[in-house]
Amino acid sequence: MRLGLVIDLDVCVGCHACAVACKEWNASGTTGPLSDYQPYGAEPSGVWFNRIRHYEVGEYPDSKTVNFPMSCMHCEDADCVTVCPTGASYKRTGDGIVLVDQNRCMGCNYCAWACPYGARELDRSSGTMKKCTLCVDRIYDQALPVEERQPACVLTCPAHARMFGDLDDPQSAVSMAVRERGGYQLLPELGYNPTNHYLPPRKHKPIPTGEVVYGAWAKVKKLVNRVVKR
Amino acid sequence: MNAQVKVENHARQEIRYSTCYMCACRCGIKVTLEQGKVRFIQGTRNHPTNQGVLCAKGSAGIMKQYSLAKLSQPLIRKPGSERGDGEFEVISWEQALDMLAERLQEIRATDPSKLAFFTGRDQMQALTGLWAQQFGTPNWSAHGGFCSVNMAVAGLYSIGFSFWEFGAPDWDYAKYFVLWGVAEDHSSNPIKIGLEKLKRGGGKFVSVNPVRTGYSAIADEWVPIKPGMDGLFALSIVHVLLTRELFDYEFLARYTNAPWLVIDRPGHSSHGLFLRDEGGSPLIWDMERETFANGMGGDIAPAMFGEYVAPDGTKVKTVFSLAVERYLDERYAPAHVAAACGVPAETIERLALEMAHVALKEAVELPIEWTDVWGHKHDKVIGRPVAMYAMRGISAHSNGFHACRAIHLIQMLLGALDGPGNFRARAPYPKPIPPHQLPENNPDIINAANTALSRPPLGFPTRPEDLVVDEFGNPLRIDKAYSWEAPFSAHGLMHMVITNATNHDPYAIDTLILFMANMAWNSSMNTKNIQDMLREKDPEEPGQHKIPFLVVVDAFHSEMVNFADLVLPDTTYLERHDCISLLDRPISEPDAAADAIRYPLVEAGRDVRPWQEILVELASRLKFPAFTNADGTRKFKNYPDFIINYQRSPGVGFLAGWRGKNGESSLYGEPNPKQWEKYIENQSFFAHHWPDGQKYMRYVNRGYLEEAAKAGFVGKVEPIIMQVYSEPMQKFRLAGQGLYAGPQPKDPADRERLSKYFDPLPMWYEPLEQQRVNGEEYPFFALTQRPMFMYHSWDSQNVWLRQIMAQNYLYMNAGRAASMGIEDYDWVWVESHNGRIRCQVKTMEGTQEDTVWTWNAIGKQKGAWGLKPDASEAAKGFLLNHLISELLPEKQGERRITNSDPVSGQAAWFDLRVKIYKAAEGESGSWPQFAEVRRLPTDRAARPDVLRYDARTQEKH
Repeated sequence: MRLGLVIDLDVCVGCHACAVACKEWNASGTTGPLSDYQPYGAEPSGVWFNRIRHYEVGEYPDSKTVNFPMSCMHCEDADCVTVCPTGASYKRTGDGIVLVDQNRCMGCNYCAWACPYGARELDRSSGTMKKCTLCVDRIYDQALPVEERQPACVLTCPAHARMFGDLDDPQSAVSMAVRERGGYQLLPELGYNPTNHYLPPRKHKPIPTGEVVYGAWAKVKKLVNRVVKR
Repeated sequence: MNAQVKVENHARQEIRYSTCYMCACRCGIKVTLEQGKVRFIQGTRNHPTNQGVLCAKGSAGIMKQYSLAKLSQPLIRKPGSERGDGEFEVISWEQALDMLAERLQEIRATDPSKLAFFTGRDQMQALTGLWAQQFGTPNWSAHGGFCSVNMAVAGLYSIGFSFWEFGAPDWDYAKYFVLWGVAEDHSSNPIKIGLEKLKRGGGKFVSVNPVRTGYSAIADEWVPIKPGMDGLFALSIVHVLLTRELFDYEFLARYTNAPWLVIDRPGHSSHGLFLRDEGGSPLIWDMERETFANGMGGDIAPAMFGEYVAPDGTKVKTVFSLAVERYLDERYAPAHVAAACGVPAETIERLALEMAHVALKEAVELPIEWTDVWGHKHDKVIGRPVAMYAMRGISAHSNGFHACRAIHLIQMLLGALDGPGNFRARAPYPKPIPPHQLPENNPDIINAANTALSRPPLGFPTRPEDLVVDEFGNPLRIDKAYSWEAPFSAHGLMHMVITNATNHDPYAIDTLILFMANMAWNSSMNTKNIQDMLREKDPEEPGQHKIPFLVVVDAFHSEMVNFADLVLPDTTYLERHDCISLLDRPISEPDAAADAIRYPLVEAGRDVRPWQEILVELASRLKFPAFTNADGTRKFKNYPDFIINYQRSPGVGFLAGWRGKNGESSLYGEPNPKQWEKYIENQSFFAHHWPDGQKYMRYVNRGYLEEAAKAGFVGKVEPIIMQVYSEPMQKFRLAGQGLYAGPQPKDPADRERLSKYFDPLPMWYEPLEQQRVNGEEYPFFALTQRPMFMYHSWDSQNVWLRQIMAQNYLYMNAGRAASMGIEDYDWVWVESHNGRIRCQVKTMEGTQEDTVWTWNAIGKQKGAWGLKPDASEAAKGFLLNHLISELLPEKQGERRITNSDPVSGQAAWFDLRVKIYKAAEGESGSWPQFAEVRRLPTDRAARPDVLRYDARTQEKH
């Protein structure tokens, strides 16, 4: 089993719902709290497992605005795990989730340097590295209703741009979406084989507009009554 | 290696369901509490509004609840201190209420209009409006006048429902969706849910917006229009549809007033009015019977075109003939409007043809049986699957009323209203056009001491006689709503209250109560001057302010609180009872009538009281008739008791669910003493799902209208015929032209405005302020919007949300900025006819070249909202508001007139023009800066450098 996220860039409006739901869940979750620095002061910042980048592609007026949520990709060959000197960073064998054992982490930052996706977040208060857990404390919680055993970000996404599932199972909804929509990995050339995939924007088919003759009515200006009864 | 996963300690947790209040959307929330602390807020799965999802604001509700800006005790301005200096003393609730009740009693017993009560983002206008009516003051409204009244009013005078909150796109069947302007402000989650549904189904999403952010990011096509040109663009689409005869003839003939006959008698008081029979019914020409017939009736075959002569010799013409004559004119041709709109002519044409193709060639047919109001049975419903939505981008212009009507005209031409796949009504709408409710305008009643108004303060005028003016034509309301200056101002003009009250124009008031409205900051135009007005003393009355007594009711320490004479601290949305009523702004969806409640989930732990409770308490103390028994005792114990037992008409109350003694009826029925409990058992909402036969075409759907009449949504079962041509508009135009057989304005400025802008057919004109500002001197349009994660959340105090954005920039088109030598992070001066500000620039591609914009309400006054004085919001953030005047630029010989839509009174935020130049070397930081807001005496909490929120009581890292 290889659990991960599939994110649909065709419908992500960049609303940050996923990021805040993640923050909210994980603040009181297995690796919480997640520190906030200068929460009332200048340039507030904090520990977030999921951040939304916004950027533009192309030039006006053909430019596109892209919203790009980024969190841990739960790579198959995760360098963040191999560089960890204490063994705190580990990849679960059963489901492929990459986690950090908070009791073993010494906050050395090696993993953060190793991660090309910027997915690692050092909590300066606890002195430990934290990251997306795929809400491991939700997805296996038998006390939650079945439909809620999903990462908080997936559960909340108003545009249903986030899907969660087993990328190893070719019949899973996430695998099918990746196949059908041409889903891709981020920076595959680096060879980490990230589990998370992104779905590219759909291309809309042209709508036929050629079937009417321009100006027929304008030229004739013929106002014709028809019998239409209520 | 698989370490054991530790999950929640559910034994310590409780689940409660309530309703979000982080914005205007009002989603269902499922709240997990851990020993009284908020652990998790998520969407309620079965809720009709959000269907389980929740936005960033909703999830950040935790940080709202634990905000350090929360007020905690009633406060009074320190004796001897200056208003606005923010020096307060704590008083008890009893002192506060005694003082306020005494003052209000005196006003009510002498001149009730001297109380002005205006509310910000409240969700209980049914209660506040009733309260004002019972007090006897006309001076009440919520904030719609500076928010979205153009959308509400244009819809209610055209189609019987509206954008804003009285309608929604039908995402299940839509194949084409046009979003006009910024609309991230309303129905936040339903639109996001819907956009995904649309795109998944292969539908096309077109965004008409000068800025490509937010929802526009995922549009299949982005149309970067120039601000304020939407109406012209829409009428050009109308032109294309008409020139190519691409419209739904049957729809127009059956369900709109396109065939109604208009009197053609220039210079006469009847010119432009409908030809009517003796009973007052509008007439059509019946082609089969070759006679005039009732345009509201069934079994008619109305002529859509033509000129006819009435028996008395009056010449008449159909509405559609007039419309076609107008819109076929070359001035609406795409090639003619392209430059003004900033949209290529081919694009305008193609979009019109695309809409027409989808509406007419790709119609949706559902095998649903329904009966129309005239008794005809139908075996299917045909849907024209072109959906539209529009909000602030259209609304916040002084030509927004007409722009919105132009969009409704496209919908009518396409037959794309309340059918599968298009724009559908939300109960209690549709209503008669306009709704049958007039504002109180009898001066004798308004001026009578200790007397309730006979009608609500707000309503829908249809003729000059309905204006709220005195015998000389002077406004009776402090905001001049329903005066000649803004005849259809159905949401009031809250943005004018402080200016008018300070100028004693039209009169002086005594007490201004502001609830949850930040009028000393981001909710006012001209912020700096408004703050000065709040401080202004009355030279005639030593020691007294121009606005003598200012009561501010809020849950948080806003900039407005700083100016209060009396501060009444409210509860948060997790701490009180609330009701989101069908008598108010509905949370209904097209398929279900719905309402909802909140109830206390968290202990307040502060000496605060819900404003609803205070209103019921004051109403009881002042013995308002609706709140008092015949023997003079109070009728309602408290707010929950009021909600259950108050009936607007027999069987119709604030909550529509579980009515009847035992909760057996829906929508109407006797009060149920256990109604709150039933709501709580049912996840705090009620939804009445319409059967298939009542879901569509509700303006003429007999089954639906019968149910709607019983529920009090409509007065009686009668067809609601959409108004391509608006007769109420024409009546006001006649008044402006000096032709109306009734009241007419005396001031030439009013005459001119009515003659020009009360066109009975949708029109476009240059926004009013722009008509008076030199476009060459001020070459840029300047706009604001709010980011999706803060829209309507009234707090960048939120510790999590402010991490996403704590500073706003002025955004410019990159190419245009480069041509001016402006680069990212340059500090620039932005200047308008009203003043100047300094702010920092960021460039981007996705902005129309002549437009600059910023995120509104990020900028804060130093020290407000519980933030540290060095908070980025105050040091670097800024407000564009300083540049916007609440009055139009002066014109010689003319009185000062509001900078608002001349029809609806909608604040024209988006009409602003500016010039931009680089700040001098060394000039940096936002300007103007304001004095630091003092800490309240009740606010002693330290502002920590690190926050580590955790709802758990054990197991922390």
